[in-house]
Amino acid sequence: MNSGNRSPFLGFVYRAYVVIFFIYLVAPLLAAGVFAFNDSMFPSLPWQGFTLDWFFNDTEPKLGMFHDDRLMRGLGNSLYIGVIVSALAVLAGTCNAFLFVRKEFPFKNALYVLMVVPLVIPGVIVGIAILVFASMIANGIDNVFDFNPTWLRPGIPLIVLGQFSFLTTITSLVIAARLQKFDESLEEAALNLGASRGRVLATVTLPYLVPALFSAFVVAFLVSFENFNTTLMLVGSDAPLTITMYDRMVKVGSTPVLNAVSVFLMIGSGLLALLSVVAQRNKEDA
Amino acid sequence: MRSDTGKLSLILLMTPFALWIVLLIILPQAGIGYVSLQEKVGPRQYEFGFKNYMDFLGEPIYWNTLLRTAWMSILVTILALLIGFPVAYYIAKIAKKQSRAGLFLLCLIPLWVSDLVRAFGWIVLLRETGIISGALQWLGIIGEPVELLYNDMTVIIGLVYTVVLFMIVPLVSTLDGMDDALLEAGYNLGGSRFTVFRRIIVPYAMPGIVSGCIITFMLTAGSYLTPILLGGKNSSWFTEQIYNQFITRYNWEAGATFGVLLLLFTSFVVWAGLRLTGQSLATTVAKE
Amino acid sequence: MYDLESKSVTKRFGSFTAVDSVSFGVPSGSFFSILGPSGCGKTTLMRMIAGFENPSEGDILIKDRSVLNDAPNKRNVKMVFQHLALFPMMNVGENIAYGLRCRGDAKSSIGDKVKAVLDRVGLPGVEEKQVSQLSGGQKQRIAIARCMVLEPDVLLLDEPLGALDLKLREHMKIELKQLQHQFETTFLYITHDQSEALVMSDNVAVMNAGRFEQIGSPKELYDRPVSGFVAGFVGDANRWAGRIDRVSDGMARVQLEGGDVVVATSEGAGDGSSVEVFVRPEVIKIGAGPEGSTLSGKVDSLLFNGANSRVLVKTPSGKLVEVADPSGASTLAEGDEVQIHWDPKRALAFPGEAA
Repeated sequence: MNSGNRSPFLGFVYRAYVVIFFIYLVAPLLAAGVFAFNDSMFPSLPWQGFTLDWFFNDTEPKLGMFHDDRLMRGLGNSLYIGVIVSALAVLAGTCNAFLFVRKEFPFKNALYVLMVVPLVIPGVIVGIAILVFASMIANGIDNVFDFNPTWLRPGIPLIVLGQFSFLTTITSLVIAARLQKFDESLEEAALNLGASRGRVLATVTLPYLVPALFSAFVVAFLVSFENFNTTLMLVGSDAPLTITMYDRMVKVGSTPVLNAVSVFLMIGSGLLALLSVVAQRNKEDA
Repeated sequence: MRSDTGKLSLILLMTPFALWIVLLIILPQAGIGYVSLQEKVGPRQYEFGFKNYMDFLGEPIYWNTLLRTAWMSILVTILALLIGFPVAYYIAKIAKKQSRAGLFLLCLIPLWVSDLVRAFGWIVLLRETGIISGALQWLGIIGEPVELLYNDMTVIIGLVYTVVLFMIVPLVSTLDGMDDALLEAGYNLGGSRFTVFRRIIVPYAMPGIVSGCIITFMLTAGSYLTPILLGGKNSSWFTEQIYNQFITRYNWEAGATFGVLLLLFTSFVVWAGLRLTGQSLATTVAKE
Repeated sequence: MYDLESKSVTKRFGSFTAVDSVSFGVPSGSFFSILGPSGCGKTTLMRMIAGFENPSEGDILIKDRSVLNDAPNKRNVKMVFQHLALFPMMNVGENIAYGLRCRGDAKSSIGDKVKAVLDRVGLPGVEEKQVSQLSGGQKQRIAIARCMVLEPDVLLLDEPLGALDLKLREHMKIELKQLQHQFETTFLYITHDQSEALVMSDNVAVMNAGRFEQIGSPKELYDRPVSGFVAGFVGDANRWAGRIDRVSDGMARVQLEGGDVVVATSEGAGDGSSVEVFVRPEVIKIGAGPEGSTLSGKVDSLLFNGANSRVLVKTPSGKLVEVADPSGASTLAEGDEVQIHWDPKRALAFPGEAA
């Protein structure tokens, strides 16, 4: 475009800078990935030959990730938490989107800011706040009814609540952005053609929102799956994958099985993210 | 009749919102505020007071950690802006149409990879037996293995790495909306490259810069994994203090106090940043 | 019998009166238009008929039955929206079947009805197409078909031609009129484009600032407007401000600004009141006429536009007068001195807007 007034040398320097930046971006991911396939007990040079043992081998000392019970249990917990919390966050986000796009009420702007605020609270603080509040309630119940509500103690339910508290902001924003673009005369047209309110919602408004609901779900799932800071404060005995992996890293030190998990995570989340981008684009073209 | 259904649906939509905001945001935050004001006077006995805050001020390790976290976060934010802006500008304005989407996607892919994986990647690269140390030895530049982990420099490189994408994404979307004719008009009217940059590009990109800086700063100040894994035992990061008080020492009162302080501090910086640049939270962060 | 009747319907939004005591009746099977500038309240009126707004006062009757307590999805008036509002997530067939499904028609009959209505609008066999594959004119017909398949008592059309380009709009005017004949359904058409209203309608109501100024056939509105607003809004007219000297036998002598004196038909305006005189371009002829309906001037420019060609004549007082030149074959040249005249009965004076 305006390369006409830029000297070739500066242009070259600029391009080289961008290339170096992308190398910086990719290098650690590559490093984490490559050593999953190195036939060695340590994720480091020299290269000992290609192997898939760190994924599939079923005996110690080279126990592959798919045979490592703790990692697999962590993966299961992460999936379980991710699906539940994303579904809840999409549900609540849809309500919020309708509330802020369609309704008028007092203090709307202030409440909108309040809706965005959870995004700018550090994750660790979200975690301790939920932990403290849940414990206060649990202690109260314990004192009055002499009964310990275990689901308010650190564990999966608390992780779900903690992640839900900030994921809902993300899903609300994604869904509201699409709802904003919706032409309300489509709803009026459907009413005019004799549809009931519920039918209008089911046949016109929600189908229009589907791509946004889908990508909100994917985003929420990915963020939940990778969340560490909030989860760390709320984790009980059923740790999700990130916590299990961190534990392994701190206690056992680096082992190539962690590289294998990294590869698995990169491929998994890359595919999901791509899927959501593609789904969104297809729908918008139509 | 119709206004009744309107009111009913308003209540139905308001209920989940109110439950969420009150039960999961406001009350828990108030909860740590309340706990931070409890003084322990005996086993299971508490009094209201500011002792926890006094303890914080009286112990240099604590407030030094907060100050250190603060200035490193600000440094990381500035570095992320300086490093990220040229890249964002390249993607939005200079790259050819076909490669633009690809480059942007390339930026997004690491976004979806967990902090943990990224920090782990850095460890594999930088530790004593790591790739860089090995490569330097092989090249004959150094004689024996060198430990590149566990220093401030590494922590900063790692933090910038973790957050720079959150700087680039809003910048690209703002710069993307800028009409090339603006720049051409700027040059046409006799502006030098620097004037065009300062008077046209930067003001135009301001909303993106502000929202990028806010997100970057928040993520840095609240980060846990990167400073601890790359900085090791001496990382002295404030979130680590919070974790230690809560989980290791089980001193919730002190932990809550630290939490409140961190929240107040980050909120203040965000507020000041918005103030100085005349932006609002709803317009900057919500655009994501 | 009226298919649709509005009785003193008023709609207020806060202190603003959008629709002010509007009454009218639309005879069965006729094409009725509401013509007015944007913001005159015509869309609000239509939304009240469709049930999206409730009137503050007055009553709306469809087939002689008040529908005020019927929800919008229970009224048998169907509406073609300004931007058509075809459902993008459904194909053409599903769009048309939507209302039938909502009504609970038997599955077996829906397909036949969709097919039949597509035949009638001249688009057989497009059921499987996506809405985005249709042209502007085709979308228009699908939007109408979607309503007509439900056999409504009244079809409401809210400026449906507004989004089309000029050529297609001219074409669709004729097509809409033909569709209305074919379906023999009552059409209520809203527009700000006077030519659409005149060409298609059996009756037109001219609306201004929430009120109906005049209801009549297109010819009545054109030849015998009852107010300056109608005269100015419907068709082209030369428009001169002035003051009445005196009135005799319904003819007023008007002193125009700039000095000329003309005679014009006037009702209700007394001596000394300020008025505006309206003379249509096609009423004016080249050549001298009697005193009071003749002006002299210089040919300022010739505007060729086929059958709509005009000669612009500039009077010494600076007025530019449009004179119709239907053949476009005038022998005049720019700068020629000319006299122009008209039938004084076709010059109309109405109280000025300032008065």
